[in-house]
Amino acid sequence: MKLFSKIALMLAAVVTLSACERPPIVTVQTGYRGTGMEQVYNPRTLAKEAALNQAPAPAPEASPDGPKASLVYQNVQVLGDLSVGQFVRHMTSITEWVAPKEGCAYCHNVQNFAEDSKYTKIVARRMIQMTQKVNQDWKTHVADTGVTCYTCHRGNNIPQQVWMAPKDRKYVNSLLGDLAGQNIATKAAGLSSLPFDPFTPYLKDALPIRVNGNEAMAGVSSNANRASLKQTEWTYSLMMHMSDSLGVNCTYCHNTRAFQSWEESRPQRVTSWYGIRMAREINNDYIVPLTDQFPASRLGPKGDVAKVNCSTCHQGAFKPLYGAQMAKHYPELQTVSKP
Amino acid sequence: MAQYQNLFTSVQPVGPLHDGVELPRGDDKRLGKPFLFHLLGRIGNAQIGPIYLGTLGFASLLFGIAAFNIIGFNMLASVDWNPIQLIRQLFWLALEPPAPAYGLGFPPLDQGGWWLIVGFLLTISIILWWVRTYRRARQLGMGTHIAWAFAAAIWLYLVCGFFRPIMMGSWSEAVPFGIFPHLDWVSALSLRHGNLFYNPFHALSIVFLYGSVLLFAMHGATILAVTRYGGEREIEQIVDRGTASERAALFWRWTMGFNATMESIHRWAWWFAVLSPLVGGIGILLTGPVVDNWYLWSIKHGVVPAYPLEGAPVMDPALMGAK
Repeated sequence: MKLFSKIALMLAAVVTLSACERPPIVTVQTGYRGTGMEQVYNPRTLAKEAALNQAPAPAPEASPDGPKASLVYQNVQVLGDLSVGQFVRHMTSITEWVAPKEGCAYCHNVQNFAEDSKYTKIVARRMIQMTQKVNQDWKTHVADTGVTCYTCHRGNNIPQQVWMAPKDRKYVNSLLGDLAGQNIATKAAGLSSLPFDPFTPYLKDALPIRVNGNEAMAGVSSNANRASLKQTEWTYSLMMHMSDSLGVNCTYCHNTRAFQSWEESRPQRVTSWYGIRMAREINNDYIVPLTDQFPASRLGPKGDVAKVNCSTCHQGAFKPLYGAQMAKHYPELQTVSKP
Repeated sequence: MAQYQNLFTSVQPVGPLHDGVELPRGDDKRLGKPFLFHLLGRIGNAQIGPIYLGTLGFASLLFGIAAFNIIGFNMLASVDWNPIQLIRQLFWLALEPPAPAYGLGFPPLDQGGWWLIVGFLLTISIILWWVRTYRRARQLGMGTHIAWAFAAAIWLYLVCGFFRPIMMGSWSEAVPFGIFPHLDWVSALSLRHGNLFYNPFHALSIVFLYGSVLLFAMHGATILAVTRYGGEREIEQIVDRGTASERAALFWRWTMGFNATMESIHRWAWWFAVLSPLVGGIGILLTGPVVDNWYLWSIKHGVVPAYPLEGAPVMDPALMGAK
């Protein structure tokens, strides 16, 4: 072979293989043999992600004795039942979790800590209530592991993985080039050409996610399953988001020979089902109502607030922080504070 | 000594340039002066041209180019007229069919109207090209096997983009014009209708598809293996069987007891290739209009293998009263 051909062949091989992950890849079987029920992991990617998903050591316990925070401090609307020691411990922890650089001043006017002048304080209070609600009423999703501020924030003012309604393209009103909500490479759609905002219809609104029917044959009139192929693509996009957020394959929840079949699904699908409802409640009851509190610079291109999806907590792990038992060290976050 | 029986063409027999046979009265003139192109001679015939375009070919190209341009400008507009993004995201971009709400009506241009226009233009273009393949074959005194094989592919195209959407009562069910988007459509079709692998016509189509591959490999290999005896002159060997044909036949009779003939192997190949889109199209046409869920259909007909499920039974939370 001529030198030129050899070089061309080698270049072609390099280009072709550059998109591949090098072996070995680890496969974990999760179901009956031969059915493809398995998870595929790249141990090198996993090692990198594992380092990013470590829970911080809990703060040293504070004494429950002494006067309650609500009696000592003014304007304590949540966590007032804690002792002053426990209250201070909690505030210190929040600072570490959410505003380690800015410190107390991120939320408080340091001249008068009781004042509600900063929007961050109002938001933080609501987020504490949200965390309590999740731990108390969404055990179907978070089980006894629970969540803390750190589950999402990880030392950032705003969790790194949030969603806002995407901005329109520049010439959205022109006669040509309608995107139909899809057909462009975005991270939200897992770099596929599927619909790029599956969050508004499913994690804020409650449009039907299920597209499969329960009958083999096509029904007529009211018995017909009217779910369209386009609707299927939206559901598909949401599922890609979930898969991407948890770092798992479809078979983590589904038996892919029959996606709709619950009998053949893994119990994780039930947890996930509740997770969708939980994210919806968080967005509608806790986050969207805070929209007016935020300065314009914090809002998205369409003026909406940053909302949660699966990746906000999971951040690539099948369980946030790989299921680290962190929340149990903060019992004040386990139940909704009485007003 | 030069060899002519390898995997790659090592010798190019080049004759004098010629226009081909005289065309019947009423046909157009052929276009272009024929020339030799050595590199193409390595994979086929080195003589390029002349081309017979004719009225049908010209009209087909006109409609095809119109469709191609409307798709292209819609893609370009969808990335805000940025040519770099057009190239970067070309595989992602598409001209999407209308939303389900429009049914079989004609939506505004930017809501799928362009898609309908392109569908019309492209279909006209393809059908004109089909007539052209038929006419050219007839004018050359050939059979029309190529045209009918092409028609099998057009059948599948029309099922996906025309017949099935009409039966479903919505253009939104049709295929978008785009590289990845049309693949997403394929996945969505399977997901929506309970896994296309349980569709027996889909299975049959795969049999013919993979069967075509197998036949093509067997036939190509057999002929290459006997070219040293003149085996590539297949048609001559049909009427005047030579040692190449005998050896090829013997090889298969010895290895598997049965052999196709120099003639029948082409019938095998033609039917396998044609049946793949033919039965595939039937399968797609049933998917939705007749069968809603192929997995459940297969359960009903007892063709889904059962295997033990592990752990506690999983229940649909929506059936347990959860909202």
